[in-house]
Amino acid sequence: MDRDGELIRLVDLHKVYKVGEIEVPALRGIALTVQRGEYMAIMGPSGSGKSTLMNLIGCLDTSTHGEYWLSGVNVSTMDDNELARIRNREIGFVFQTFNLLPRANALHNVELPLIYAGMGLADRKARAREALTAVGLGDRMHHKPAELSGGQRQRVAIARALVNRPSLILADEPTGNLDSATGEEILQMFDELHRRGNTLVVVTHEESVAARAHRVVRLLDGQVVSDIMNGHPPQPAVDIHAL
Amino acid sequence: MKTFFWDTVEAASIAWGALKANRVRATLATLGIVIGVMTVVLMVTIVAGLNASFKKQLSLIGAGTVYVTRFPWIMQDDFFLYRNRPRLTLRDAEAIHRESLLAEAVTPSVDTMRPVSYGSTVLNGVFVVGAGDDYQKTENVMPEVGRFLSRQEFEANRSVVVIGQEVADRLFSARNPIGQEIRIGAHRYRIIGVLEKQGTMFGMSLDNQVIIPLGTLMKHFGRRRDLTISVKAAEGVRLVDLKDELTGILRRSRKLGPGDKDNFSINERDQLMATYNKLTAGVYAAGIIIGGISLLVGGIGIMNIMLVSVTERTHEIGIRKALGARRSQVLRQFLIESALICAVGGIIGVGLARLGGAVINQWLPTSMPISVAVGSMAFAALVGIFFGLYPAAKAARLDPITALRKE
Ligand SMILES: Nc1ncnc2c1ncn2[C@@H]1O[C@H](COP(=O)(O)OP(=O)(O)O)[C@@H](O)[C@H]1O
Ligand SMILES: [Mg+2]
Repeated sequence: MDRDGELIRLVDLHKVYKVGEIEVPALRGIALTVQRGEYMAIMGPSGSGKSTLMNLIGCLDTSTHGEYWLSGVNVSTMDDNELARIRNREIGFVFQTFNLLPRANALHNVELPLIYAGMGLADRKARAREALTAVGLGDRMHHKPAELSGGQRQRVAIARALVNRPSLILADEPTGNLDSATGEEILQMFDELHRRGNTLVVVTHEESVAARAHRVVRLLDGQVVSDIMNGHPPQPAVDIHAL
Repeated sequence: MKTFFWDTVEAASIAWGALKANRVRATLATLGIVIGVMTVVLMVTIVAGLNASFKKQLSLIGAGTVYVTRFPWIMQDDFFLYRNRPRLTLRDAEAIHRESLLAEAVTPSVDTMRPVSYGSTVLNGVFVVGAGDDYQKTENVMPEVGRFLSRQEFEANRSVVVIGQEVADRLFSARNPIGQEIRIGAHRYRIIGVLEKQGTMFGMSLDNQVIIPLGTLMKHFGRRRDLTISVKAAEGVRLVDLKDELTGILRRSRKLGPGDKDNFSINERDQLMATYNKLTAGVYAAGIIIGGISLLVGGIGIMNIMLVSVTERTHEIGIRKALGARRSQVLRQFLIESALICAVGGIIGVGLARLGGAVINQWLPTSMPISVAVGSMAFAALVGIFFGLYPAAKAARLDPITALRKE
């Protein structure tokens, strides 16, 4: 697959929530293109539609109207199983609340995407260990989430997001539940991921977080109100696996 | 294929983890399954055990032989109606012997309980059988040591006796009884043979008997006796035809008018078998109904517990879906979980039935067919899959984002 060029294209994307009889428009005609290798922040006040947009880009939810192209494939017409496949292979999620399975240890949590990809035991253990070691948790693999600090949990989640080598890493308020020092660690990790050629989309309401990205998209009432480069131009995409 | 395999292994390990985390709840939920499986398996264990021992015992009664008696083996009317019947006599036996074309052998016999002694050892309550001269042709008796009664001994009403194994053991232990004299009641008899071991029939030892000529028994213990007449069908003769013929002969010999009811009964082995089967069919039906109801209740319990489990783990399901779990994979996870709960219930049920069987074995013979044990565990798992279907479908259909939002 071509690693350069366009990864995401959103065309007039709408999302309307139905609450009983009332229709709540959350997104109202989003048009956006994201290149491979970009590090983009989505900002906006509470209720502006950031999470809704995230969920659509992450294929966790479907739009009411409009088109979503991912790697040149129209995702808006996909069925449930195809969307599950996209989530599994193309997208790595990092959530504000980590969303780790509490009963499973770090290693098993990181293995999950590989299990759903149908990878055999030996291969996936090796891959999961590798990913945990890469985020500096080589010595915490058999700890359960409750036995880890917030920063460590988020690193497990990052290892899990990376383990299937996705085209896109999506993070929703990744530092929202962390103290500033730990948040800084995570952000440094994101910088590193970006440097290695990964595409990152991060939802945040903190200017300091958004400042790390090279592109900031601002939403208001479900519409893009600004889309600016943070000074440094988009870096040329590099295949991380070539490094 | 590979995916399917890993999914299944993963699902089983998730299920196992979930069960361990909710041990008490899973145990309670599975109680109905445990009771259902235990009931069915225990019933089958008992009936199978009874069957085996009953068939073995029945094989001691000749298949091609009918038994004419005053009281039927299986009473359908009031006992007192039968009590008014005249006894079966030697004259009846002789009539059959003389007139029957379908019989190969006819043997009158009678039994009585008498004390049997040798020296100072006395055995009370030994069955003394007075046998007619064709006794060996109609009954399954073989001497193990010595010989059976001879024609001359029958005709001359000699005081000779063939003794059962138990009697031989208790009176003589290791010594050879042949040629020794024993006392039956007040009379002396010479031992000419010891019977092969026969075991028990319907709780009575067949080895606690002695056989003497019928004439001798009547001479020593009285002639007014109620005989059993055993009639063996000739080769190729159907028992129904033999019974018809015997009915005619006996009605004439017992001077019954055309309107009179038969005042004798002709019994055969299959009657016992039929009655027995009717009885065990009832036991089976009861077992299956009780077991079925328990399994149904158990299944509903499982459905309930799985619904609770799906609700509690909605967030977990959301995480799994976000990471790429397909509907079929989530469905399988929950089906395997409920199948596993039920299979564990089934294993416990079979285990309890085994224990119960071992206890009951002290009074009744039991035997647990392995196919029933395995089959009922498999059936329990099927119950789990069936009742897990609705909760699992509910889990599989969950919308990923809605599920993720639930905490
Ligand atoms: N599941 C939902 N049902 C109904 N309305 C919703 C739902 N999720 C979000 N909304 C509404 O959509 C709008 C955008 O919400 P959201 O995407 O969560 O904004 P943000 O993440 O920027 O705070 C808000 O008005 C919110 O109330
Ligand atoms: Mg939000």
